[in-house]
Amino acid sequence: MAQVSSIANEQTSTPLSSSTSITLRISRFNPEHDESSGFMEFSVPVQKWTTVLEAILEVKKHFDHSVAVRYSCRQATCGSCGMIINGKPRLACFTKISELNSNVVTVEPMNNFPVIRDLAVKFEKLFDSHQKIKPFLIRDDTELVSDEKEFLQSPEEVEQYIQFANCIKCGLCNSACPTMATDSSFVGPQALAQAYRYVADTRDKGKDSRLKIIDDSHGIWRCHFAGSCSQVCPKGVDPAMGIQLLRGYLLGFRS
Amino acid sequence: MANDEHREGIKGMANPGRYGIERVAYWMMRLSGLGLLAYFIGHIYETSNILRGQVGWDEVLELTQTTEAHIVLAIVIGMCVFHTVNGVRVMLGHGGIGVGKPARPDYPYEPASQNYRHKIGIYSAILLSAIAMMYGMAVMFGE
Amino acid sequence: MRESTIMKIHYGTALAAVALVAVHILMRLTMNFAESLEYENVLANYKFVPYAAMLELILILLSVHGFNGLRVILLELKQGRMYEKAVSYGCLAGMIGLIAYGSRTIIMTNMGMV
Repeated sequence: MAQVSSIANEQTSTPLSSSTSITLRISRFNPEHDESSGFMEFSVPVQKWTTVLEAILEVKKHFDHSVAVRYSCRQATCGSCGMIINGKPRLACFTKISELNSNVVTVEPMNNFPVIRDLAVKFEKLFDSHQKIKPFLIRDDTELVSDEKEFLQSPEEVEQYIQFANCIKCGLCNSACPTMATDSSFVGPQALAQAYRYVADTRDKGKDSRLKIIDDSHGIWRCHFAGSCSQVCPKGVDPAMGIQLLRGYLLGFRS
Repeated sequence: MANDEHREGIKGMANPGRYGIERVAYWMMRLSGLGLLAYFIGHIYETSNILRGQVGWDEVLELTQTTEAHIVLAIVIGMCVFHTVNGVRVMLGHGGIGVGKPARPDYPYEPASQNYRHKIGIYSAILLSAIAMMYGMAVMFGE
Repeated sequence: MRESTIMKIHYGTALAAVALVAVHILMRLTMNFAESLEYENVLANYKFVPYAAMLELILILLSVHGFNGLRVILLELKQGRMYEKAVSYGCLAGMIGLIAYGSRTIIMTNMGMV
């Protein structure tokens, strides 16, 4: 069951009045002077609709402005506020406290990403892996010279990849992946799903070069279809499906 | 923090509680694989004793006829059946079979790859390995 | 060797081993389990050439599959050029060693050198 659907199940279980408050435990760590991470606890008033991000911002506004958190759009579009919320990778702006069915909410930085400070993590590795699989349409240059050239697609052809184009690069899939937990060289579910997104696009002609990149000792074969990536994806990308379909090309099931 | 990359490490990889039966199957597949390799190496060593003639063979056979050895063998049978059945499931999944078709996702975004076909495959692997273990024990202890 | 080739071998050896190990186990059940393990019966199995050939095939298939599986697990646990080379060559050596050791038993028993 997806993370998002389990959240839907939890939705009605905690009736919160306007005066309810919860304990927000925030992981604090500054690599410049801390040896290890610790937790700071704050009592935060919440409404039924309060998100975890709003609770963190409440802490920043009224208790401790030094809490480091990355956020931007507040509507699950920018992919900035991924973090571990009560043990699972989720977007803070997309997770309502009332859905968590707990009076104690623990927030930690995403696993498998180097910590900048507190809840903010570095995305360089994710972006490098993403860039490595050539996330753009590859065409013969001569076809692109004419201004009149259009690359038409049928709705069925669009369906083959549009799901994977929803990726917001939030990194939750990489944080949940069991291979990423120990393999620092693994390309990761985010980049592999994006490789499928372009390979499945009928306008693209870069299939062979992409398959060559991911056919590596730390490439697609290090995915074992545990599916945790798909369970935490907040946009319904289903990286596990994309990776298996992509592997189908390498195994000769697809052409 | 001990490691700069903030990786979850083996503990995170091994923790099967957070992500459902698919993650449990992933972990059991690993453990059963390692267990079967250890048994296989032991089995090759065990059977090599036949080169020592009847005396050597009977000595080893005696070691394998104890209750503890029968329990170990029953566990090996369970691991073997689980690894086989789940291995076939994973192999089909790796070929893109039974993982669903790409489609425009709708809220609440249930991932098509985590479907009932694969869940049934995992539960079947667990059930069959339990049955095989019981059959194995009946054969070994029934004599 | 490309990783896709290695993994195709991994899947191929798994499927072939499942079929042959099933035959190997069924042979134990053609008679009473304890009886099938008696010295004379096991020796007769080894001396029957098709069965000995099947045992050899199982030995190769499972050694390749098992040690490649171990290589995959070890590669995912730790990274580094030297470590990864050591794991790959170590697993290859383990695979060859086990095949050689098991083959010695099969060939010597089959040829009556017991």
